[in-house]
Amino acid sequence: MNRWLKVGRLLPILLLVAVALTGCSLTGEETGKEINIEHATPLAPQGSVADGQLSLINQSLGIMLTVLIVVFALFFYAVIRFRKRKGQDDIPKQVEGNHVLEIIWTVIPIILVTILAIPTIYYTVKFAEDYSKSKDAVQVDVTAKLYWWQFNYKNEGINTAQELVVPVDTKIAVTLTSTDVIHSFWIPGLAGKTDAAPGMVNKMYFDAKKPGIYRGKCAELCGPSHALMDFKVIVKTKEDYKAWVASMKKPAKVAKGTEKGAEIFKAKCMTCHAVDATKPGLFPNLANFGDRELVGGYLDNQGTDAKKNLTKWINDPTSVKQVSDIQKEKGLAMPTAKQLGLSDSDVEELVNYLHSLKK
Amino acid sequence: MSSHDHHGGALPAHPETATLEGKNKVLGFWLFLGGETVLFGTLFATFIALRNQVLDGKSGEELFSLAIVAAATILLLTSSLFSVLAVQAMNRQDVKGIQFWLAITVLFGAGFLGLEIYEFVHYVHEGHTIAANAFGSSFYALVGFHGAHVAFGLLWITLLIIQLSKKGLTTVTAPKVYVASLYWHFIDVVWVFIFTVVYLMGKVG
Amino acid sequence: MAHAHTVKRYSGLMDWLTTVDHKKIGILYLLAGGFFFLVGGLEALLIRIQLIQPLNGFVDGQTFNELITMHGTTMIFLAAMPLIFAFMNAVVPLQIGARDVAFPFLNAVGFWTFFFGGLIVNVGWLYGGNPDAGWTNYAPLSTGFSGIGADYYAIGLQIAGIGTLVGGINFLVTIINMRAPGMTYMRMPMFTWTVFVTSFIILFAFPALAVGLVLISFDRLFDANFFNVAGGGNPVLWEHIFWIFGHPEVYILILPAFGIISEILPTFAKKRIFGYSSMIFATVLIAFLGFMVWVHHMFTVGLGPLGNALFSVSTMLIAVPTGIKIFNWIFTFWGGRIEFTTANLYALAFVPTFVMGGVTGVMLASPAADFQYHDSYFVVAHFHYVIVGGIVLGLFGGAHYWWPKMFGRKLSESLGKVTFVLFYTGFQLTFFVQHLLGLWGMPRRVYTYLPGQGWDNLNLVSTIGAFFMTAGTIVLLINIVLTTMKPKDQPADPWDGRTLEWTIPSPPQEYNFKQLPLVKSLDPLWEAKMKGEEVPAAEPLGPIHMPSPSILPFTMSVGLFIAGLGIMYANHDFVNQSVEKFFHSMIPVYAGLAIILISMFLRSVIDDHGYHIEVEELQKEV
Repeated sequence: MNRWLKVGRLLPILLLVAVALTGCSLTGEETGKEINIEHATPLAPQGSVADGQLSLINQSLGIMLTVLIVVFALFFYAVIRFRKRKGQDDIPKQVEGNHVLEIIWTVIPIILVTILAIPTIYYTVKFAEDYSKSKDAVQVDVTAKLYWWQFNYKNEGINTAQELVVPVDTKIAVTLTSTDVIHSFWIPGLAGKTDAAPGMVNKMYFDAKKPGIYRGKCAELCGPSHALMDFKVIVKTKEDYKAWVASMKKPAKVAKGTEKGAEIFKAKCMTCHAVDATKPGLFPNLANFGDRELVGGYLDNQGTDAKKNLTKWINDPTSVKQVSDIQKEKGLAMPTAKQLGLSDSDVEELVNYLHSLKK
Repeated sequence: MSSHDHHGGALPAHPETATLEGKNKVLGFWLFLGGETVLFGTLFATFIALRNQVLDGKSGEELFSLAIVAAATILLLTSSLFSVLAVQAMNRQDVKGIQFWLAITVLFGAGFLGLEIYEFVHYVHEGHTIAANAFGSSFYALVGFHGAHVAFGLLWITLLIIQLSKKGLTTVTAPKVYVASLYWHFIDVVWVFIFTVVYLMGKVG
Repeated sequence: MAHAHTVKRYSGLMDWLTTVDHKKIGILYLLAGGFFFLVGGLEALLIRIQLIQPLNGFVDGQTFNELITMHGTTMIFLAAMPLIFAFMNAVVPLQIGARDVAFPFLNAVGFWTFFFGGLIVNVGWLYGGNPDAGWTNYAPLSTGFSGIGADYYAIGLQIAGIGTLVGGINFLVTIINMRAPGMTYMRMPMFTWTVFVTSFIILFAFPALAVGLVLISFDRLFDANFFNVAGGGNPVLWEHIFWIFGHPEVYILILPAFGIISEILPTFAKKRIFGYSSMIFATVLIAFLGFMVWVHHMFTVGLGPLGNALFSVSTMLIAVPTGIKIFNWIFTFWGGRIEFTTANLYALAFVPTFVMGGVTGVMLASPAADFQYHDSYFVVAHFHYVIVGGIVLGLFGGAHYWWPKMFGRKLSESLGKVTFVLFYTGFQLTFFVQHLLGLWGMPRRVYTYLPGQGWDNLNLVSTIGAFFMTAGTIVLLINIVLTTMKPKDQPADPWDGRTLEWTIPSPPQEYNFKQLPLVKSLDPLWEAKMKGEEVPAAEPLGPIHMPSPSILPFTMSVGLFIAGLGIMYANHDFVNQSVEKFFHSMIPVYAGLAIILISMFLRSVIDDHGYHIEVEELQKEV
């Protein structure tokens, strides 16, 4: 008879086991990481926006846990206490209702909702603040494209892609749009999402308390490689950031030994990709490609496999990042090395050249 | 409850709701019109959201000829009046009268549809097509949906006139006449809004 | 059985294709909805297998997107909706003491349009690929960047939507006009009440979807510019239209589930529902508020803080009527004699599980915090607590509860409990951990993820849970097959029920009630049993008029199916030249339309006189 009750008692234990199995704390931090990334999450935030959002999450969670505990207590008490026992064949009293009780459980939720509504409205208005005119903020135009991110620093006049480099403890005012489908800009450890939609301009801001590398994600389904549309936010000290901007402004130089690659690049790649940070280019700007953490959004670009990964990418980009047929028809996919007429040695030269592009 | 009980015999005062089937049909049709209201409401909202997205095409102000639209409006409004006369004939149990007024309703409705088709052909020649811009898309969706409703109503009422001459006025045909008239009024009301929102507001800017 | 000279009676397959009997249509909905539930479940399992470990290569991104789109679309439109319609058809006329629904013919039209619409949504498995823009089908991904799968979605749901709208109107009229003598609104069973309210929501929500789908189709097929920015369109418009429909849709699904458990809990606690009138008030209020909260799905769109705050508050308010319901349910079995039948296990488990989904709903209603939750696994966890923990538990409970009434056979209680334990454990394993995944930054709808983000173990747990749910479903299938082989031996009132459906044989005769009952209170059967009486009849025994079966609903829907395929393929490039020529000639479109119009013409011109079941026959049947 009480099989169900046993399960009821087992469930919380099962859930605890499930959490324990993961071998990590509730903040989602994990040791032994492969890439040097700050493990900031919405529960372990590193910026004022995400801090405020966490505080709102905690407040609502607190109220809701209270509700849950009350309901669960009443529920389990009633189920256990009023189970039908053997030989109990009398008819229980048929109760129509109870006005006092019904008023209580109408009024209490109204009060709880009101309590939650106040911080909600406060933070909703606060995070809608517009820093796009602020002189103290770094102004960045972010354009989402299938499946990469273009960053244009308005005041500095420089462009980059995939890695958003910003100074610590500074408001970053983001102006968002898209040129194809709807995407959503999300840095889980620093700030919640804002959509990037074609024909629409959205504004948001964030800041970071500590230098480091933060994960960024596309959070709106945008096609086959939506999952791979990651980016990085690289937070530097204010001095390092200034130095980075200065070096980005300098014209691209060809390092010794990569002249051949540079020429191939000029002939085959330059129509789409710029290596000069002052020009955006149609597709990702590669001015600081050698500094990038990842190639194609998920393959390592710094470790021992960096060469192999970039070679794989150039040889057949859509095998690394799948695109839809229609996207291909629209010319929004990178051609293969073969289509570009690149030999294996050409590709090798290109890889060397691209990895030399550091700032 | 059975429908054939009344065949040939005298009809009750309100033949459209004399049977449960008739009552159900009339109520169901009112509810259906409630749904239709949401349908046109959504189309209106779409039109209002997109009506200024003309790009390099012509705007409503340049396109619309209020004279033709006003003529079409008068045709449709009077046709609605005739459908009222048809229902009044039904209350007198005057089958010939119903048929006559429904026929006039169809005639005027067809006149409206003819003018609308003429208007659309003219617009297409002016480059105002469904694919031209968002204004064109939302215009043809809204006005075209209404036009399709008119066309369907014409077929329906014509069929009803033929049925009346075969079956006469019974508790089966009476609800059909009644709901067809309801439908026609609804189309009429929608057109009043289209005339205001699409044409008058389009002309005034 | 009937007038030999007036009616054609069919048997076997033709009987099912031509039936206008709401009980048989209910069974058809159950079969078709059950089938699509299995298909959607299989898709879910494939999704979870792909996500079992980081960088898994089980399916690629395109296939994954097709799977999530088909899973969501199938479960919402082709499984949950028809399963709810199954119980609406099987139970509501019996609960209000009616012999039939208001529009038996349209009822059949509703089923067949749903069925053929569902087939079109699934055509992509055979040709051209499936819809891949998510069940929300956001433009311009679905208009400018998707293959023909997006047409299957738009046209298929359009056709299925006709069926839903027709069904909604049918049940509204049935409930308003066809209640038994004495069955006032305030004596209607809770399930009937929720169906009544749900039907209103269907009536006012589905036309918005219909328009949205037309606009998507026009953009795709006729180069219209509703959502195309280059042509002056606005993709956010689709989001508004979709969610103006989409949020009420959630209540269309959950309210009948509320109704089902409001029937099961009193029966197995031997107590009347607590706070009946406040339950009705709460149901109506939820439906009403449901129409003014849609923007909470769009907090990140950038509609501004004022709009977001307003919709946030209206959303949070829904917690109030929902809270009323939760406490009323608890106090229904408070002081009762709770029996742990399978149906009641589902109904009882529903209460705390739904509360878990409800509280995360309130959390999500807070825009600034939602910027973090939005489109993360937290949202996936939330709506699965509501949909699986709410709707599916309600449907499974309803199936065990009403199976004897629908089929005259009782589902095995012991196998039922095995299913419950497996399914419920699996459900918690699958979805509880997803709250954490979302809060640790995992976006939804990703076909893979990189290792080292702390997500690996929880995804494994979630996938293991999915296998538990699969096992539970398989046991349920075995249970159904074994039960079908048992004799029809169930009495009229196997559960000691309270409402009118338990006063007539299991399964009921085609005319339901030999004599219409006279209703004097809520729970008329219970009241009668307490007095040691039977529910009184409101009329003397007389001949019963029944509608004739008809093949026209089926042919009409086939016409829609053909025309739907024809319009999608009219400009489609085929490899095979003769196929392309055939479709580009528009012949299928015209043929389909002709079939529809001829069917409608025949229906309009040929009066259905139906047939009578005479008193002698009624007396013969025991």
